[in-house]
Amino acid sequence: MIKLVGVKKTLGAQPVLRGVDLTIPSGKLTTIIGRSGEGKSVLLKHMIGLLQPDEGQVWVGDVDISRLRGQPLNEVRKRFAMLFQGAALFDSMSVFENVAFPLKEKLRMKGPEVASRVNEMLEQVGLAGMGHKFPAELSGGMRKRAGLARALVMRPEIVLFDEPTTGLDPLMAKAIHELITTMQRTFGFTAVMVSHEIPEIFFLSDYVAILKQGRIAVMAPPAEFIRTTDPEIQEFISVGGPVVLSGAAASS
Amino acid sequence: MRYVREMGRMLIFLVSSFGWLMRPPFRFIQFVKQLHFIGYKSTFVVVLTAGFTGMVLALQGYYTLRKFGSEGLLGSAVALSMIRELGPVLAALMVTARAGSAMTAEIGIMRITEQIDALDTMAINPLQYLIAPKVVGGLIGVPLLVALFDVVGIYGGYLVGVDLLGVNAGSYWTSIESAVEWKDVYGGILKSISFGLIISWVCCYKGFYTRMSAEGLGSATTEAVVLSSVVILVWDYFLTSILL
Repeated sequence: MIKLVGVKKTLGAQPVLRGVDLTIPSGKLTTIIGRSGEGKSVLLKHMIGLLQPDEGQVWVGDVDISRLRGQPLNEVRKRFAMLFQGAALFDSMSVFENVAFPLKEKLRMKGPEVASRVNEMLEQVGLAGMGHKFPAELSGGMRKRAGLARALVMRPEIVLFDEPTTGLDPLMAKAIHELITTMQRTFGFTAVMVSHEIPEIFFLSDYVAILKQGRIAVMAPPAEFIRTTDPEIQEFISVGGPVVLSGAAASS
Repeated sequence: MRYVREMGRMLIFLVSSFGWLMRPPFRFIQFVKQLHFIGYKSTFVVVLTAGFTGMVLALQGYYTLRKFGSEGLLGSAVALSMIRELGPVLAALMVTARAGSAMTAEIGIMRITEQIDALDTMAINPLQYLIAPKVVGGLIGVPLLVALFDVVGIYGGYLVGVDLLGVNAGSYWTSIESAVEWKDVYGGILKSISFGLIISWVCCYKGFYTRMSAEGLGSATTEAVVLSSVVILVWDYFLTSILL
């Protein structure tokens, strides 16, 4: 479980987070939405210690990482993986080497063991036979898939997704979302996703949270979330079309 | 105040990089790659610069020494200039232009495209994985290039002095043997090691803390080359005044 308590962060002279209180439940897919520039990615980076709050605490399990640095922080990070907006693949390495990288670096795995795990992962994300390609040779969707393979190859407990479908066409975005939810259900990791894909995320997520004016305004399962009475939030979630819920969420 | 803070941050960056260098895992393959990039790939430009520097030194030196009837000292004039000053400084400036700028651009792009953040999220320290091998590459690669520069420069001087201007070959080499002392060579090595450190330190730092835009990366690369070159020349003056 990840828990943020009263997290405040100012970047430059601009206050971005103004006291975020948020609890991310284990083994579920929680999506954070909000207007552009609200600080969703900043919030995500706090969860993995890439940014440290000016005030407040960030708990990962029973460890407060808000002031951790160096090796103790790295120990906590071993439980995480992150898929960045641009996938952040190492462009000097092939897709295979990118996915193999954490296995070799962190688990000290070698040879056939690495190859079998990497190939298995590439197959799961639909990139079988693409291992020899370099990131510059891949389309946006393929890069995201490769990034997802690299994120999941270590079988992390928690995976953070920073706008995983930005820049993709609607069909590819749908395919990536389906891949994420399938993987989440297969491996059972805790997933936190930042997304603008409304209303689609209401169909995919177990919980939806909205960041508004530097605070979490609503955090609830999709069925409950859409009943919010805040007119601004209602306008925000319905501007892209009617919200569709999954069968389970709708019946709840 | 801003400059003091920046200098402090640069110093912390260097000390942290050395700290991570001493900790396992030791990334031997990364060191070899950097040595190849900084050292081997700079060979051509260094040889070219060294050859012409030696040649022009011989040309200038010959006509100056001839006024005093001391053409026989041409070898020592070329060798001492090369070993003490021109070799370390010019080789370092060439490495800054070729490898230093590339280091800044590479690290800067990795920062902008979140590849450095990706390393962090994998619990791999970027200073250990990215920076420490480049610092070692600079520390070892630049002295080797300077040695090459000195040798090629002296042979360039020989080509012009002996083959073109008719200085006696024996007196060219004998004057070098009698004039160059070990302290000159040590001084050159010391300078080249410190210049290697300056190049990798400044260029990696500028890339690592680049602003998150194409313009920011362009500025960072320019600043890296200008700052490295200026620091090399200033440090050269102080080191020379200590060594003499």
